[in-house]
Amino acid sequence: MMKTAEMLEIFNRHRGDAVVIPGRGGRFWVEMSEQPNRDLPLGDPAMGGHASFALGLALAIPDQRVVLFDSEGDVLMGMGALPTVAEKAPSNLYHFMLDNGVYATTGGQPVPNAEQMEYDVVAQGCGYPATYAIDNLEDFASQIEEILSQPGPVFVALKIDPDIINEPINARPQWQRKTRNQAVADMQAELGISIG
Amino acid sequence: MAELSPARILAELKNNGATHVVWLPDSETNFLYVLMSEEPSIDLVPVSREGHAFSTAAGLAAGGKKPVILIQNTGMMESGDSLRGWGLGMNVPVVMMVGYRGWTRHGVITDTAAFYTERFLHAFNINYYLVESDEDADRISIAFAEAQREKRPVAILVGDEYHGFNVSR
Repeated sequence: MMKTAEMLEIFNRHRGDAVVIPGRGGRFWVEMSEQPNRDLPLGDPAMGGHASFALGLALAIPDQRVVLFDSEGDVLMGMGALPTVAEKAPSNLYHFMLDNGVYATTGGQPVPNAEQMEYDVVAQGCGYPATYAIDNLEDFASQIEEILSQPGPVFVALKIDPDIINEPINARPQWQRKTRNQAVADMQAELGISIG
Repeated sequence: MAELSPARILAELKNNGATHVVWLPDSETNFLYVLMSEEPSIDLVPVSREGHAFSTAAGLAAGGKKPVILIQNTGMMESGDSLRGWGLGMNVPVVMMVGYRGWTRHGVITDTAAFYTERFLHAFNINYYLVESDEDADRISIAFAEAQREKRPVAILVGDEYHGFNVSR
């Protein structure tokens, strides 16, 4: 098991200039990212859609590396996105998935079949050319360079500690520093993407 | 009534600068598939669940592309939360071409897919245009312009299943 923040700190050393969608790791990532205009801390627009969003972005900006930190709850809800990612095969997409075994933001209830799921095997079966399953920080640190050095799409299942949140939604601290649309606009400006 | 020709629809998509068609096959827009797959200026992104179409389109739009969503009304209704969060929530200026399963202007609509379609769009405050034949096809350009201007999804309801109901027999 890894702590999300510690894992992200190691990733951050290898980030380069990748566009990062921190997903469920967003509240940790915004505290450490040094390139916020290349970040898309979207929170949770609608559960299950992060992989598809990242796919669309990766297809749209093929010259930029796109890194997603998905969650196992999202992947379970949107598992049908994996074959599409594999078919379109964007070589610039790196699909990390945080697996804490629970729905952490609703109080920590287990996801279906939490103890038995092998998400890397699922991704491999869907056609991802490279998949990993990593359950400790040491292995993550030793493999991250290899993971990011190969063409995507790469899928990496990460076993992490649950950071369970039990407060009512309106009572939770707001970690997002800008709106979703502002984050997108900042990224577009950073990358010179013209709209319209 | 005249047919809705796939070539005319494809021409509308190209004229409006569509770069990607995010789609899940349906019987109302099946006729477009062959033409689209042979069109080099448009990249097809096949999804297995319509909700993924909205998040995929959001990512494409964030990256500066101009996606079109091509799904059936049944799948649109299944996609409610994705339409809310990714489509409307992220102000994605996307035209969603929706196969209007069950639609007929003759007699009584008996298919609940059609019965609820416009009610669903009203609930989400999505504007829409009905396209049944080539005579209506310029509405597609109207939808593109509106989506860009309003920065939100606009629907085209494609009322022409397999060219089935509006062809003279």
